[in-house]
Amino acid sequence: MNFDEIQQIFFQECEEGLATMEGNFAAVRQGAYDTETINTIFRSVHSIKGGAGAFGHERLQAFTHEYETLLDLVRNGTLVLTPALLGTIVSAFDMLSDHVAAARDGGTPPADGAMLARLIEAAHAPEPQAAQDTVTEAATVSTGAVGNDFDDLFEICAPAPSTGDGDGGDDGFDDLFALCETPATDETGDGWHITLVPGPTALDHGGEPLLLLRELAALGAEVTSCDLGNLPTLSDLHPERAYLGWTLTAPSSVAEDDIRAVFEFMGDVDLRIVRGANAEDEAPEALPIANAPEAASAPMTDTLPPSSAPQPVKAAASPDPAATVLPPEAAAPRTAAAAVQTIRVDLDKLDRLVNLVGELVITQAMLAQRLSEHQLGGISELTDLDHLTRELQESTMAIRAQPMKTVFSRVPRIIRELEVETGKRVRLDIEGEMTEVDKTVVERIGEPLTHLIRNAVDHGLETPAERLAAGKPEEGVVTLSAAHHSGRIVITVADDGRGIDRKRVRAKAVERGIIAADAILTEEEIDNLIFAPGFSTASTVSNISGRGVGMDVVRKNVQALGGRIGISSQLGHGSSFALSLPLTLAVLDGMIVTVGEQTFVIPLGHIVESLRPDDDAVKSLGATASLLDVRGSYVPVHRIAEQLGIAGAIADPTQAVLIVVESDHGQAVLMVDSIQDQRQVVVKSLEANYEAIHGLAGATILGDGRVALILDVDALISRWRRDPRHGAPQLELAA
Amino acid sequence: MTTAFASKGPAVTSTIMTVDDSPSMRMLLRAALTDLGYQVLEAEDGVHALERLDGVQPDLLITDINMPRLDGFGLIERVREQDRHRNLPILVLTTESSDEKKQRARKAGATGWIVKPFHPEKLAAAIRRVLH
Repeated sequence: MNFDEIQQIFFQECEEGLATMEGNFAAVRQGAYDTETINTIFRSVHSIKGGAGAFGHERLQAFTHEYETLLDLVRNGTLVLTPALLGTIVSAFDMLSDHVAAARDGGTPPADGAMLARLIEAAHAPEPQAAQDTVTEAATVSTGAVGNDFDDLFEICAPAPSTGDGDGGDDGFDDLFALCETPATDETGDGWHITLVPGPTALDHGGEPLLLLRELAALGAEVTSCDLGNLPTLSDLHPERAYLGWTLTAPSSVAEDDIRAVFEFMGDVDLRIVRGANAEDEAPEALPIANAPEAASAPMTDTLPPSSAPQPVKAAASPDPAATVLPPEAAAPRTAAAAVQTIRVDLDKLDRLVNLVGELVITQAMLAQRLSEHQLGGISELTDLDHLTRELQESTMAIRAQPMKTVFSRVPRIIRELEVETGKRVRLDIEGEMTEVDKTVVERIGEPLTHLIRNAVDHGLETPAERLAAGKPEEGVVTLSAAHHSGRIVITVADDGRGIDRKRVRAKAVERGIIAADAILTEEEIDNLIFAPGFSTASTVSNISGRGVGMDVVRKNVQALGGRIGISSQLGHGSSFALSLPLTLAVLDGMIVTVGEQTFVIPLGHIVESLRPDDDAVKSLGATASLLDVRGSYVPVHRIAEQLGIAGAIADPTQAVLIVVESDHGQAVLMVDSIQDQRQVVVKSLEANYEAIHGLAGATILGDGRVALILDVDALISRWRRDPRHGAPQLELAA
Repeated sequence: MTTAFASKGPAVTSTIMTVDDSPSMRMLLRAALTDLGYQVLEAEDGVHALERLDGVQPDLLITDINMPRLDGFGLIERVREQDRHRNLPILVLTTESSDEKKQRARKAGATGWIVKPFHPEKLAAAIRRVLH
């Protein structure tokens, strides 16, 4: 796996992290949160920051750094999460999403100057409630840090005044500087003298001074003596204690930083590093060193002895108060949230598995049919195999399933933006975000769903003033929910707004020529007019819901997923749009029909009803065209046989089975010879196995091994309407 | 095994367990550590690491700090409670170079630390300091 591939995984993690954050913000806003909620938000940002650094996304890293700093202060209780602070955090979250997108797509990072300033200000100007504590704490820490710096300086430079006195009257500053700059000015060339005395606990926690000696040797250092002075008698010797000390010399060409770096991990050590000439003078003055584990409150570098130069590690100590404020360790018991263990699998592998299981389902059906031909259909092994196959199929499909959360988590941001654009106040309620559905459905439902959300806020909800006038709370509510319902997923977008004004919709439909002025329509049919192509146009749609697409495109997208869309609305009380989608696109609920010698599958999602018409229900229009009277509405009848060139099919509509279907172009009737069955079929792609054919959505293999073609109802009806040679009545009759 | 190889890398392949909740970070570590000639075991968080440590004895543990379920500090403390892991070298991966974090890590029982983002050479140097 190369760097780029790992980076792609990092971006996936970013998406997951952002989705998690969005979910947790929702919880925070509802007041349903605890320390773990905030911790999780912090961790998400922290992980993004870590990856951003590793993959070289500097702007993202810089932004997450400030963001993390602020979140750290919130999670450790230094800052109180007020609505204002939450506002800042959520705004920063939106910008973080943009940063991630820019890093991923190689785009320009957002202008984050103002937001960074806001984050820094929020981190430094605590909320009033916490002000007292925070200020005190910050002050303590900062003076502590400064104090340590001075202490070090003092220790380093302490001998200076005395030697200065010796020089007679000099103010000593020159010596002070000289001492502090020793490495730069010393030209004795004697090299480094390193005295190393590990403390008794130096071997704890896997510490191993020998490795350090080895590393020093690699730098060119040589051990000149080993100090056995602390070695006790054998009876007192503790095998896990360190007793030995060493003196080494290193060439002057080695930088002191490099020598010190070797000892970076050694907490319990008495270390002296001096230039050759000073070695004798300095050595006796060295101070005993605090034992790191005991000096917990002191910064790490204090465990190192004073050196002849300012320690670079010290200089690197972060001036950022957030980094130095000691977070009180969350004493709250860790929520033993049962984290789900996951494994990442290449999608191709998964699709191959799904495909193989599909083949198995077909083979199983064929086997069942063959056995039943020999009166063996009832054997228990076959029933078991049937159960196992079904379970295997469901389990396999479940692997591809993803929670709706990935889609739902983007909605709060859309709502926030809409609030700004429209000036309306919106509360978003999300239900059933863990409802799972096939990955493909999750990926493709985003766009129609976004449109419905925009529509709900833009057209559904009233302005705050209108709402107050109507006796409603100022804040409108948009409810987004997902649930499994008889083998499908139903996603609902509901608002408590003004509802559909059917008189206006009807008038508009008449005006646009979608329906006749005297058409008699049910309420449901009027509501569905908003899905009619050409109903919403640029002039009537605001730039929010508009975006160049109307509700007809929403319905088309939903139908492309094998879904249906339904509306219910009550004037003054709101509207609800329900999307009903199959759980997977690999399996389709279909009606198996016969036309002449051929067998076809009609996706159940399109079917409204099927019937054997009475003689007087079919109105003939010439030799081949006819209309079916469906409770007062005349619906054009399409003769599949004729249009697809199939011989031997029933030609008389009154002798045939008529199937009323819902399509992009309104209702239509498909004429078939008979209905064989209604069941799930495994969809086989025509593109992958043959080539795409207009009017056919795919193929399936039936239990007897025959191939049945799956009709693409929308495409067929659209084509019939465009091309009169196919004989279907070219009537734009809605009534 | 040739002398040249032995001088470049570990003579006997050492096993390093990495603990990080981010798969991409684990992969980066794995790539870098494998390049250095180490065997790599992985755990997703502190709890997972403790479970894995029940069955294996790595030569070095490299752990992230911020993780769900059980963070790096907690993991180190729990590992040190176990006698057989008392001397297991542990390096902490941290995005912060602040002394406070290092001090806390040491107090918990860490042997050393690696500041993220790590350069492979820095990683190698840190490992050399704690791994035989």
